[in-house]
Parts: sequence; C-alpha cells; structure tokens
Amino acid sequence: MIKLLKYLKTKEWLLVALCAVFIFAQVWLDLKIPDYMQEITVLVQTEGSLMADVWHAGLMMMLCALGSLVTAIVVCFIGAKISATISFRLKKAVYDKVESFSMEEINKFSTSSLITRSTNDITQVQLFTFLAMQVLIKAPILAIWAVFKIADKGWEWSLATISAVCLLVIILVIVMAFAIPKFKKMQRLTDNINKVTRENLTGVRVVRAFNAESYQEQKFEKANEELTNTQLFTGKLMAVLLPAMTLIMDGLMLAIYWIGAFLIDSASQIDKLTIFADMIVYTSYAMQIVMAFMMLIMVFMIMPRASVSANRINEVLNTKPNIVDGTYDSSNNDIRGEIEFKNVSFKYPDADEYILENVSFKVEKGETVAFIGSTVSGKSTLINLIPRFYDATDGVVLIDGVNVKDYNQKDLHNKIGYVAQKAVIFSGSISSNINFGENDKGEMTAQDIEKSANIAQASSFIESMPGKYDSNIAQSGTNLSGGQKQRLAIARAIARNPEILVFDDSFSALDYKTDKVLREELNRQTKDITKVIVAQRIGTIIDADKIVVLDSGKIVGVGKHSELIEKCEVYKEIALSQLSKEELENA
Amino acid sequence: MRKNPMMNVKNASTFAKDKQKYSIKDTWGKLLKYCKPYLVAIIIALTCVIGGKILAILAPDKLSDMTAEISVGLSGNMNFDAILNIALILVLFYAGSIVLTYVESLIMAILAQKVSKKMRTDISKKINKLPLKYYDNHNIGDTLSRVTNDVDTIGQTLSQSIGMLVSSVVLFLGSLTMMFITNWILAVVAICATLIGFFAMALVMSRSQKYFTAQQEYLGKLNGHIEETYAGHNVIKAYNAEDKMNKQFDEYNGKLYTCAWKSQFLSGLMMPFMSFIGNFGYVAVCVAGAILTLNGVIGFEVIVAFMIYIRLFTQPLSQIAQAFSSLQQTTAASYRVFEFLSEEEIEDETSKNVRLSTTSGNIDFKNVKFGYNSEKTIINDFSISIKSGQKVAIVGPTGAGKTTMVNLLMRFYEIDGGQILIDGVPIKDLSRENVHNLFCMVLQDTWLFEGSIKDNIKFNNPNITDEEIVKACKAVGVHHFIQTLANGYDTILNEEANISVGQKQLLTIARAMIQNAPMLILDEATSSVDTRTEILIQKAMDKLMQGRTSIIIAHRLSTIKNADLILVMKDGDIIESGNHKELLKQKGFYAELYNSQFEEN
Repeated sequence: MIKLLKYLKTKEWLLVALCAVFIFAQVWLDLKIPDYMQEITVLVQTEGSLMADVWHAGLMMMLCALGSLVTAIVVCFIGAKISATISFRLKKAVYDKVESFSMEEINKFSTSSLITRSTNDITQVQLFTFLAMQVLIKAPILAIWAVFKIADKGWEWSLATISAVCLLVIILVIVMAFAIPKFKKMQRLTDNINKVTRENLTGVRVVRAFNAESYQEQKFEKANEELTNTQLFTGKLMAVLLPAMTLIMDGLMLAIYWIGAFLIDSASQIDKLTIFADMIVYTSYAMQIVMAFMMLIMVFMIMPRASVSANRINEVLNTKPNIVDGTYDSSNNDIRGEIEFKNVSFKYPDADEYILENVSFKVEKGETVAFIGSTVSGKSTLINLIPRFYDATDGVVLIDGVNVKDYNQKDLHNKIGYVAQKAVIFSGSISSNINFGENDKGEMTAQDIEKSANIAQASSFIESMPGKYDSNIAQSGTNLSGGQKQRLAIARAIARNPEILVFDDSFSALDYKTDKVLREELNRQTKDITKVIVAQRIGTIIDADKIVVLDSGKIVGVGKHSELIEKCEVYKEIALSQLSKEELENA
Repeated sequence: MRKNPMMNVKNASTFAKDKQKYSIKDTWGKLLKYCKPYLVAIIIALTCVIGGKILAILAPDKLSDMTAEISVGLSGNMNFDAILNIALILVLFYAGSIVLTYVESLIMAILAQKVSKKMRTDISKKINKLPLKYYDNHNIGDTLSRVTNDVDTIGQTLSQSIGMLVSSVVLFLGSLTMMFITNWILAVVAICATLIGFFAMALVMSRSQKYFTAQQEYLGKLNGHIEETYAGHNVIKAYNAEDKMNKQFDEYNGKLYTCAWKSQFLSGLMMPFMSFIGNFGYVAVCVAGAILTLNGVIGFEVIVAFMIYIRLFTQPLSQIAQAFSSLQQTTAASYRVFEFLSEEEIEDETSKNVRLSTTSGNIDFKNVKFGYNSEKTIINDFSISIKSGQKVAIVGPTGAGKTTMVNLLMRFYEIDGGQILIDGVPIKDLSRENVHNLFCMVLQDTWLFEGSIKDNIKFNNPNITDEEIVKACKAVGVHHFIQTLANGYDTILNEEANISVGQKQLLTIARAMIQNAPMLILDEATSSVDTRTEILIQKAMDKLMQGRTSIIIAHRLSTIKNADLILVMKDGDIIESGNHKELLKQKGFYAELYNSQFEEN
C-alpha cells in the first residue's frame, strides 16, 4: 500500500498537508461546540444570567458548526482530488507497464487477471485512499485531543470512557477475527457460484445433450450450500455488532450520569454547578471518542482488502519486461525482407522440454515460406519469434541480416505485417481496423484501405454492410463472422505495406475457394513482400517456394511440395491425411 | 459492509430506464411470496424493531428525569434512591432495546440467507429449463449478474434495509411525538433547523447524479478499452499501435478522473452535511432551550432530553433516504430476477409415454421448415432420409444451416413445420431426455469444466470405470499426453492448465465416445486437431460406430471424404448430395469447392 504513495507528487503531498491542517481545524471546532454548551449550561443554571450571553454563546456554537462544515467540505474536496489522482496515475502506470510486457509476462499474469488489476484493484485503492484521508488522519487527532480535553474533568469519568473504548475494541477485534477469514472465504465461494453458473451457461448444449441437468444442479447446490452457510455465519456475527455498539454508547452515557451524581454529591457547594456542566459536556466528548475509535476500526476492517489490491498492482508494476529495445539504427540497411534462423531453440521459462530445437533456415526477399506440422509441432512459436513476441532461448533470429534483439521494437515491427491465429478485431469502424497503428510510411489513404480489403477478399462483405468502410465494429468484432474477422485482419496486415507478411494459421476460417483466390491476389499484388505462412491445410501451402515441415519442434524437411512428397515421410503422411494419392499426383 | 456507491448508481440508473416496464407492486408481491414461509418470523422481527425503538425513544425521557434529580441535588441533597431507580429503569430500557434489536437483526440475517439461497437455486434450475432460443438473445454476463449481484442486493436489503426503514420510521415518528409532548416550542425549533439543513443537502445531492452517471459511463469505456488492449496485445505491438491506443486511454482516463473526483466529492459531502444538520439542530435547541429556561418556561432537563431527541430525529432521516434508495435498487434487482424466473420454459414432457430405448438408426427429415426467429426462415423445405449405419456428412459455407440441422435433430429448437422421425417415431413424441440418450455428440467449442480430467470424461455418469476412461483416451490418442502430466488423469483442468484447443477437442471426443449411444453427431469436432491425428480418431470412431448412424459436420473437406453420403448445403437447402466421387463427377458446387485447392495460377 505504502509503495503506491510514490505516485503522489509534491503538489499532492502539499494538499495532504493542507488537508491535515484543515482536519486539525475541524477537530478543534468540533470540540469547541461542547465548550459553548458548557457555557450555556452554566448560564442557564445561574440565576440572573443575561439573554445576550446566551445568544453570544449560541452564535459562537453556530459559527463553530458552520466552520466545521466548511473545513469538512475542504477535506472532502482534497480527499476526492487525491484519491482520483492516485487512481488516474496508477491506471496509466499499470496500462503503460502492461503495454511494455512481452507475451511471457502477459501469460504469467493471464490477461483476465491483468484486466482486474488495472480496473477493480485500482478502484479499491482509490476508495480506500479517500476513506483513509478522511478517517485515518482525523480519528487519532480527535481521540487524543478529546481525551486531553476531558482528562482533568474527573478521573472517574475518564476511567469509564477508557473502559468503554477497551470493550469496544475487544468486541470488534473478536468479531473481526472470526469474520475476516470468512469474508475472504465468501469471496472465493461467490467466485465459485459464478464459475459453476458460467459453466452451465456456456455448456448449455453439452449439458442438455448429455442429460446432465441434474448433475449440474447438484454441483450448483453444493456451491450454494457452502456460500449460504458462510454467509449465515457472518450474518449472525455481524448482527451482534450494532446492538453491541448501542450497548457501549448507552452504557457509557448512563455511567457518566451515575458517576456525575456521586461527584456532585460529594463536591463542595461552589463546585457543584461546574461539575454538573462538565457532566453534560462530558457525554458529548465521550461519544466523540467512541465514534473516533469506531471509525478507525472500520478503516482497519476494509484495509486488508485494499492492501491485497495494492499488492496485486505492485506485482505488475515491479515486473520488468523481458524484452528490451536494441539500439541498431536501421535507416542505413539496404537489405529488405530477409529472414534467417540460426540454430534457434526455444523453451518456456521453467519448462523442461524445448518447444523448438536447433531450427535453422533462410528466406530471401519475396519468397513464400510455409510451415506445416501437427498440433504441437511448434509452428506458432516459431513465427512468434520473428516479431520478437518471445526471445529465442538459444540461437539467433536475423531480419535483414540483423539480430531482432538489436532492433528498436518499433523499427522491427514496421517491417512486419502480422496476422494472428485468432483474428483480433478492435471496436471502431472497418477503416479504423484496417488503418491500425503506425507504419512510419505516412497516413493511409482511403484508396490504400480499399485496395488491401480487395486483396484480402473482404471488399464484398464490407460493401454489403450499411455503412461500408465506416460501418461500426463492436468490441471483439462480435458483429462479424469468423471468416469476416479473419479477412479483415489480413487486410490490416496488407495495408501496412510491410517487408514481411506473417500469417499464423490465418486462413483456417476461410473456405477453400476464398483461401485460394486470396493467396493468388496476394502473390500478384505483393510480389516483393516476403510471406511466412503457418497452415494446417496442404492446399494452402502447396505452391509455396519453400515448405518447412516441423515435428516436435525439429525441422524434418525443407523444400518444395514436389520434393517433400517424395522425401519427407511426415509431410507425406500429412498430405495423405487430406488428399488421395491421385489428387496429390495431379496437383 | 457497505456496498460500493458506484455500483448503486449503476443499478439506480438501469432502474430508471426499466421503470416503465414493470410494476413495483408486482415485483414486491413476488418477493413477498418468496418470504411467505418466514412470514411469522418477519412479523416477530418487525415487532422487535418497533419495540426496541420505542424503548430507545423513551430512554431520553428517563434520562431527563435523572438530570432533573441531579440538578435538584445541585442545591440540596442528592436523592440517590430516586436516581438509582431511574438508572435501573434505564438499564432495563437499554437492555430491552438491545436484545430486541439483536433478535431482529438475527432473524433478518437468517431470513435473507434462506431467501437468497432459494432464489439462487431457482435460477440455477431455471437455466436448464429455458429453451436455447433464450440464450441466443441474452448474454451470459447478464444471467450471471442476476445469480450473484442481483440476489446479493436483495439479500442485503432483506437483512438490513427493511429493518432499518422500519426502525427509522419508528424512531422518526417517536422522537417527533416525544419532542412535541416534552415541549412544542423546542420541537418546532428542532424541526425547522433540521429542514433547513436537509434542504441545503438536497440541493447538493441533486447535482451529483449526473457525475455519477458520467463516471459509470467512462468507467465502462475505460474498462472496455483496457480489455481490448490487453486481449489484442500482440497485434498492438506488431502494428506499433501503442501511441494510438494510449491516446484513447488517456482521453478516457482523463475524463474519468474529472467525473470520479467530482462524484466522490459530492457523495462524500453527505456525512459532513449530516453532522452539520445534527450540530445545527443541537445549537438551535440549546439556544432556544436556554432562553426558555431563563424565562422559567422549562427546566434544564428538558434541554438534555432534547439534545438526545435531536440526534434521534436527524439520524433516521438520512437512514430513511438510504433505505429508500436501496429499496429502489432491490425493486430493480428483484425485477431482473423474477423476469428471468418467469421466462417461458420448454414444455413439460412428463406426460409423454412413447420411449425409444434403442434404435436401428433410421433418421428422416420430412419437409422441415425452421427459423431462429419468425422473420427469417433458415431452413426452407428440408427432406432427407438417412439409413441405419450410414455415415452422413454435411458441408457448405458458413450460414448454410449445417449446425441448425443438428440443433433440430437434438430438439434444442422446435421445428416450425414438417417432421423429424427416428425409426419412424416423430421426435416430437419423445421426451428430450430420450432423444439426447440416443446420441453422443461432440461440438466445435470444447466445453470442459473445472475439475479433473477423469471427472470431465465421466461427466454425469458415475458408473464409468477408470479402465473405460483409459480405453477411450487411448482410442482418441490423448492417453499418452495425459500420462505426461504430473497428476495424470487427476490433473485439474482450469484456465491456467497448459492444454491446447486440439487436446481439449480430443478430451470432449473421449467423453462422447464413452457414452456409447446408438448414434453419433460430430459438429466440427476435429477442427483444431491436425489432420494426421484426425485420421487416427476417425479410425477409432469408425470401429466404435460400426453399424451405427453418424452425422458429421466439417469445414475441412478431408475430414468427410470417406462419408457414405455427403449433403452440400447452401442457404438452408440441400443443393447436392452423394458420396465424394459422385459429387466430384457432378462438377457442381462441391467439386468447385474441393478442386479450388489444386488449381494452378
């Protein structure tokens, strides 16, 4: 929690200091009110007091109350500003940090956890900061000051007040000691209910197809039962709190009067009136003290939650991205569109087994190279090394003859048009999805966008949309079909006009015909661009200049289709699983 | 624990939007029905509240008696007997009030949990009774939030707000009465002072609503943007789109900052204002009381009593306001829960007595007509006869209606016209459960739940032995992979589990195979499995499905090449049918589709 405070600048610290001053003033004013009350009490009880004196004391009380309101407003204002500022800065800091992450760090946290950390966790910290600004400074000042003010009015009263506070603390600590672990558990159980329900909802067809309705309901009932029992426990426990608070307050009040009666009785005649006035005022102070402690405890109650959130935020902020920019200046390099892997091996950190082992190959400018292999052969991993989403564990990846690690990431990415396995679509319009990011080649024109859409075989569906290129796209492109999203993502890569196009199984949602036409157009219109394709279908890669066959992370064959079908056993098996012998021969 | 104020606002604004749609009376009527079994308990609880609060209101009166006794002692001898008597009565009052309050909170807490639990159970049961059509138009998040957030809101209201409302009203009316009984002039002063304060507060609060709405809006936008950025991280990096995304983020974040501090500030003002109103009333009563005392109209003890009354009087006002806003949220939440619970269910089938315990596997579609909604017909006039033991494949472009056929056959949806028959029996005459038992089915989206691999394969059939599980996994070729996992078949599948989509598909196939039903449906079941593995699975399937009817939908034509009958669908109709060779000879749509992978440039 404290670590996050460094996101406050001098200006905000000054505001915090100012806030403390105002809180001081507020407490002073709040505690002044009973003083005037005391004055009035004495006036009332003394024969022959002047009306004007009462009015004066009343006016002063009123001014104090107003002053207290004004200071409270200022404190609230500063608190709101500072908590919003902390939230604003943290959001920015976490967002920037996540953007600097490589896939490795993203996977370590998981995307959904990162989203929670950037949103809910920060909101928690914000709410806590606001509360803390109000209470954490005020409560101790109030308590200590009030205690000093009444300390000399009679130790018997003070003893009663201290006992009340002790009792309060003990009760709250006991209740919280039982309740907090249950509250934590409750969160987990609520998540569990959510999970089971989500499971049932997402799998509604499977559940019905297997007649598993009652199975799922039983599972839900179990989760429901657990949650209800925990909630019952905390509910019963918390039901104690309010009566306990009332008990303490009422008891204290009664005790003060009771003690007061004795004090007055045993006092000398002159002191009696002062003690009586003191007694009336004392109740008011005593309540303030008890309230201050109650507020403090409430803050401590929600503190664990906020501090868990703060830790989660810190975890993100303290993570150092693995992939850092190089310093190579690429402006003088004349080589374009060349890729070379030299003895590249890759494994995930902490993993034992290599995903890629000793992979070497070279692709010249304008060539089309395809990667094929079974589900776990490492194809996707391999091409993820080209835009440096990961760094190779051993060996080097060279683009245009330069190690990818030496590039500034921006320069490297400007050379590449990457299409992911699962088409990523952003909310906005068709155009904004095609004209995405920056490519260092100036602004894209409408013609550029249309041309790329044309090559990607996306024009027909775009033209049929009501707003054409300005048509609205929902988040994650939910208003487009799988094939449409894929074509849009391909158009985006082409529009970038890169040196190298990377397709990570990006044709899978297209039917054979569209796949075919698209690749033909691609070859015709983007002759100079090097193309890297990962695919499952033989048809997609059959006319590639170079096919690399991968099996369990190793290269088992490189060559053209006609060569591999003769020499490479794995390739032959893959081909035969899709096409008959005659078809292969005819192809 | 208090709820996050931002959430309240969200509920309140959706409430405003839905306002016209439902009647408050209706919703509360239904909610009351839920509470009916606990009616006696509720009445006891509410009686407790009223009793407790009446005692709490009478207490200041006694306290003022005590003050009077003590002030008598100022000039003479303290009458300790009288004071002790009053003190004892006060102790009784306080104790009674506390016990009654505790009983009330206890009853309401338990009641709230019981009602919430029942509601959750009902929702969970309802999920499985709704037609699939419902899920086409409603997103999962919405239903989920009904199970958790809405039920929570209702529970919280039941346990806190109702008691709070009743007690506040009693406190308010009681202290008002007591004030007037004690001294009407001071009572009028107290009320006036309080009203002035509240007027000022209402003025401030009415302005805060728009900031809350704006805050909610930008919070939504910012969160959406963050989700998008993180999910598309790779693409954003590869396209150097960080700057553009940052700009958008900064814009939302900046706007959110402004609304956030404003709404936080304004909502934070509530407390200072409340305490000001308290102080203001306190001062007014003191001054007015002092004047009256000096004039000899009242004794000092009246002021003491009023000092407490003024607190009792101002405190419930804010609580009533709070309770009302939470009742409002509860109305909205209950409406959402009851709306879900009253959705039309699939018809009750307990009366159906036709049963097919086994089948030879003849399936007939006769002039089937269907549309997901009444405006758009998807399947126009579909007729086909599938013979026992045939392997039938359905191919065609997206949107052709392939999956729809499966949905209809499984009776996930009801047809609009025509008939579907299994062994000559219209499936309409069979119960859904019966129809489902006749098929094992594997879908494209790999649905697995959080639990061990073993449990996932067993699913709802506890009689399946470990040997059968291993056998099925071997058949689909996933046994070896499972063995390499640290916990083998007991490995828990969850979000973090490192298993690929292809492997998940294999597990779902194993799960279906083990059901050993007479017919098989594969809807894009192997789309993420590489073609070599797919062939292995097909071989295992063929062995398993020998003599049984199977229906396969696939995008990859290699998957279905060896089917006995291939149906080529387009726009809801069969445009070609036959086996692979016949279809190629026809040189129609299928041939074109198939051959496009070999065409030379």
